[in-house]
Amino acid sequence: MTTTGTVHSATEAAGAQGVNGGAHLRIPGLDVDPFAISFFEDPHPTHEVLREAGPVVHLDKWNVYAVARYAEVHAVLNDPQTFCSSRGVGLSDFAKEKPWRPPSLILEADPPAHTRTRAVLNKVLSPAVMKQIRDRFAAAAEAKVDELLAKGSFDAVTDLAEAYPLSVFPDAVGLKQEGREHLLPYAGLVFNAFGPPNELRQNAIERSAPHQAYVQEQCQRDNLAPGGFGACIHARVDSGDITAAEAPMLVRSLLSAGIDTTVNGLGAAIYCLARYPEEFARLRSDPSLARNAFEEAVRYESPVQTFFRTTTKDVEISGYHVGEGEKILMFLGAANRDPRRWVDPERYDITRKTSGHVGFGSGIHMCVGQLVARLEGEVMLAALSRKVASIQITGEVKRRFNNTLRGLDSLPITLTPA
Amino acid sequence: MPSITFIHPDSRAESVDAKDGDSAMYTALLHGIDGIVGECGGGAVCATCHVYVDGDWMGKLSPVGDDEDELLEGVAAERLPNSRLSCQIKITPELDGLVLRLPERQV
Repeated sequence: MTTTGTVHSATEAAGAQGVNGGAHLRIPGLDVDPFAISFFEDPHPTHEVLREAGPVVHLDKWNVYAVARYAEVHAVLNDPQTFCSSRGVGLSDFAKEKPWRPPSLILEADPPAHTRTRAVLNKVLSPAVMKQIRDRFAAAAEAKVDELLAKGSFDAVTDLAEAYPLSVFPDAVGLKQEGREHLLPYAGLVFNAFGPPNELRQNAIERSAPHQAYVQEQCQRDNLAPGGFGACIHARVDSGDITAAEAPMLVRSLLSAGIDTTVNGLGAAIYCLARYPEEFARLRSDPSLARNAFEEAVRYESPVQTFFRTTTKDVEISGYHVGEGEKILMFLGAANRDPRRWVDPERYDITRKTSGHVGFGSGIHMCVGQLVARLEGEVMLAALSRKVASIQITGEVKRRFNNTLRGLDSLPITLTPA
Repeated sequence: MPSITFIHPDSRAESVDAKDGDSAMYTALLHGIDGIVGECGGGAVCATCHVYVDGDWMGKLSPVGDDEDELLEGVAAERLPNSRLSCQIKITPELDGLVLRLPERQV
């Protein structure tokens, strides 16, 4: 397969046809595998092919429809009645296949069931709660940067992007010390499992048993420290918002989506600031830009690259017809660099007005932990901007491959103190 | 088209045309009004589109919902009796002339 793929007209067998201005238009079929290692190496040229091919395309390799332009991605995200999540937000259709784990009560749910569970997590991770944890998270970021400056040279993935969230988030949830080494493998597994039945997914699921056992155990009320996010979720059982059986499942959502995402978000931000020293200079001259510098990195790199929805009925997407029960793949990363929506999309610009990017999704399923992610990103970049004069890449940058997450495996850097 | 005026903390006023059915937050972002961040894009999650509703306009808006009330507890600037999240203010013809004051900070 070439990295850019080829466009041809989808076959009738794929059921891909559309009506546009009275003329029947076929949805273009593409020979692209967006879950191949060669694609992960550099997805951007293929993203452009996907965007330019049409508002909706068909990916023959996995027999799914896909949207890669901002307008269509945003529209699909914001129409949960037509594009549902309860049939899974990966390639696997829960109406046809048994899910690899019990479905999430929030991610893989539709209103009205979703509305209730989402309200609980919204409250547990609210702006008011962020105010309470902010000083603690900021102090940990300061300490981490001091420690890394003393080291000078280190791997920004393991020593910073992974180490910092691991130093604050599990404590905030209220997890025990023992067993935390399962957290990243579990998250990697969850995000690989959204992909097709390729090697990444199969390998992850084959090795999943110990990680699943750990997570299931930690989600129980007795294993969660008082005052943490986990205990706060369980407290909602007492107020009658959720059942005792639902609470551990909602804690599981935090452990699934609360760590690897911020690891890759922070990794993206450090990678951006290391590659674009003029942007790091702007950040140093105004550390109040830290939060937006992180947000722009989430737009620019889109640590969560893709999610699926399933059509609940026959639907027209920008004039193209898609039948009921079809999987739609949304390219969040492609939407976040769509020139139809963004001026100079290939530029990392820490003063960009980023509102509306879909790096955290959009609509009712938009990342429930987005405020925690932004808090971690902001305080870390603010600490770097005050204490560090320059960030230099000093070794080979290696990519980590995951069916959903985009990020690095290794980013050797050297920090010069300010 | 209803007109909305945003007043910055330094008293600078910007008046913009708003579309029926849009939120005040979306209107602000569309016109590049600094001081409205809208990190969550209108999902009622982030509390970064905080405004102080000017004068008697508060009584003409739909009441503060429970979710919005909780979010307002988390705004970065001081919460006042006339605090609202602009993503929850839906523009109607009756709101022509609405004046919204921007807080010192959103995050």
